[in-house]
Amino acid sequence: MDGMAGTSSKLTWAVHISAVLLVALWLFPTVGLLVSSFRTADQISSSGWWASVFSSEQRTVIRTVDPDDFRIEENSAFAVTGDLFAADEEKEVIAWGTSSREVEAYAPGDLVDLGDGESITVDSEGTYSWKGNEEQLSGRGKRVFATVVSPPDFTTDNYERVLFSGDSTDGMAKTFFNTLTVTIPATIIPIVIAAFAAYALAWMQFPGRAILIASVVGLLVVPLQLALIPLLQFHNNIGIGKGYLGTWMAHTGFGLPLAVYLLRNYMVGLPRDIIENAKVDGATDFQIFTKIIIPLSFPAMASFAIFQFLWTWNDLLVARVFLIDATGETTVMTNQIVELLGTRGGNWEILATAAFVSIAVPLIVFFTMQRYLVRGLLAGSVK
Amino acid sequence: MHPALQGLITIIIGVGGCLGYFYFSNQILDKVIFPPKKNDAGRNINRANAVRPWLFLLPAIIALGLYLAYPVFSTLWLSLTDRSQDNAFVGLANYNQMFNEPKFWEAMVNNMLWLIVVPAVSTAFGLLSAQLTDRIAWGNIAKSIIFMPMAISFVGAAVIFKLIYDARPVDQAQIGVLNAVWLQFEGGTGSFLFLKLLPGIIVLSFAGIVSYIGWLTLKPLLPGETNQGGGLMAIARLIAVVITAYIIVRSLLLAVGIMSSSLPYGEPQQWLTLPFWNNFFLMIVLIWIQTGFAMVILSAALRGIPEETVEAAIVDGANPFQVFFGIKVPQITGTIVVVWTTITLVVLKIFDIVFAMTNGQWETQVLANYMFDKLFRANDWGVGSASAIIIMLLVSPILIWNVYNARKEMQ
Repeated sequence: MDGMAGTSSKLTWAVHISAVLLVALWLFPTVGLLVSSFRTADQISSSGWWASVFSSEQRTVIRTVDPDDFRIEENSAFAVTGDLFAADEEKEVIAWGTSSREVEAYAPGDLVDLGDGESITVDSEGTYSWKGNEEQLSGRGKRVFATVVSPPDFTTDNYERVLFSGDSTDGMAKTFFNTLTVTIPATIIPIVIAAFAAYALAWMQFPGRAILIASVVGLLVVPLQLALIPLLQFHNNIGIGKGYLGTWMAHTGFGLPLAVYLLRNYMVGLPRDIIENAKVDGATDFQIFTKIIIPLSFPAMASFAIFQFLWTWNDLLVARVFLIDATGETTVMTNQIVELLGTRGGNWEILATAAFVSIAVPLIVFFTMQRYLVRGLLAGSVK
Repeated sequence: MHPALQGLITIIIGVGGCLGYFYFSNQILDKVIFPPKKNDAGRNINRANAVRPWLFLLPAIIALGLYLAYPVFSTLWLSLTDRSQDNAFVGLANYNQMFNEPKFWEAMVNNMLWLIVVPAVSTAFGLLSAQLTDRIAWGNIAKSIIFMPMAISFVGAAVIFKLIYDARPVDQAQIGVLNAVWLQFEGGTGSFLFLKLLPGIIVLSFAGIVSYIGWLTLKPLLPGETNQGGGLMAIARLIAVVITAYIIVRSLLLAVGIMSSSLPYGEPQQWLTLPFWNNFFLMIVLIWIQTGFAMVILSAALRGIPEETVEAAIVDGANPFQVFFGIKVPQITGTIVVVWTTITLVVLKIFDIVFAMTNGQWETQVLANYMFDKLFRANDWGVGSASAIIIMLLVSPILIWNVYNARKEMQ
């Protein structure tokens, strides 16, 4: 609508800026988790994740090596040389000092006279050289107050630990496959059952059809909380107890109203001519359904499949009630994360990585199939 | 057996079984029970066609009946019995016990707070982002990003926001964004503007919007206006007006409270343990997730508005805000209601966020978590079922409204 009468350029700018702010606000939390999952525990606890993307500036106090052990004698004078940082650290000194009152007194490379012939110099890479007589260079190492810039530093160790270590408390590999095992049958089976029912509700004439459609609409909003205890009792009575089978059945039952509703709405909109022509040509209902309706309804089935996939993948309640038994062998990812929140509340590197592993798959599905998701949402709620 | 293998077999049995069932039951119906042969061929075809829809529907009806309809009645029955007394019928004793528990009322009050705040804020943000992103070239990317939290589980979102709310002792670097921002405030003018005036204005404008809705509801009852829908509708309107009046009073008090409060500047806060306010920190998680949903639906509705109405208003000299609130919003009221009720349904069942973040401690209990507590920690099926029935009762107005609309549409 840019350039339309009534919209000034000032307003256009305001729109752009507000949109940028809104998007940034919505993206910020997820980015925080992603960045944190690539940092070490020390990094996470020493600075906020937003600081890690830039080079960070820190003030530290570092002691030189012990002069009694490392001093070298040259021409009756003594010298201690070394590096403030470990060999693999890419840090840079931008200012330094020798007293806590003046921590940024000198620039890198300055040779500082400490009186009576004692001197010290520190260059930008952290190498230092401390010179003096025997008495001056004894006792403990000299304190150097350094202002240090460290480059952004990321690691994939957390992912290795969470995915490949096989650790039973932190490891997510097993729960990943458990979640997948719950999700796939729980997504496919309701589609098949619902497709037949939706065809009957859309294209067959029989008494009671209107009531059935109305009950599907009603069941759409029944909270699944009501079903927990009665179904658990039912599963125990028929002997399947807690396990995958019961979970698949529960997800199928809970997903069916939406599946029937979405597919029926879509099938009603298919062109009547095709179906009637096929009937005239002698096709049975079963043939019409498999040869015509199913291929044409693919978009609606994809929409529902995405919903059901996201819902079953992200579910915690159904898994806790119908799947996870005392052995904990069948824990799903959401439950594992809740457990980690309890046992490892402070270990953000593990939590962030585990959480990101669990949301990665839904995010991939979301970004690749967004079209179908939006279509399903519009069909499912705008009446 | 390996679960993955078991899963594969289940898919094959489930899908194959369904297809096989449909195929063979149709065959049997056509060839064996009502074969179109001899002198009653025509009658048999008609009979077969009368039975066929039920063949198609049978698996779905069984699944829906067993997994959704039966549990409603079963839970109702459980809520009237006592498990420790050998499932004896105890009447309303469970409800009595529940109504006497402060934790239940805490959950009720919190749920009502969620019910007011989350749908309102999500819908408002959704409308705002729909309107903004529809007008810019990179709108689709912006939409994708705002919509993205929809794919993230409540548990994942709980972890994300726990990191944001994290607090460290005052002498350490804050790793939670909220505390890092909070420590920037020192009680000066900026703090007054952002922490008192701005929230105060937001709450006051919320009260303003609620009073406008209340006025619209009340208007048809005033003398000189025509009240459609008869006495029942009038009672419903009166109840709605009383509720809105209560909300207005509460939000005015809240605004005064915010303006006059003295804030502990310079101290990192454990956000999730601050009574009353921690509810809002939990709600932010759900708002973050639901705004994208509201945006997608409302954006489609906004694009469906006939151009002529907007153009006519601009020709008449309306400014962009008048166009938006006077022309566009009234035309999508129906969609706004649908979005609002859909989010309301999510809020009524909210469980994972509270369970993962506070587990109902520090006065953040909600109904679904209370129910889970009772059912699986206290093992009190009676009270647990009773609270499930309360959730069902809260949902049922929406259920009735949806069914009513669906029936109206089909005629």
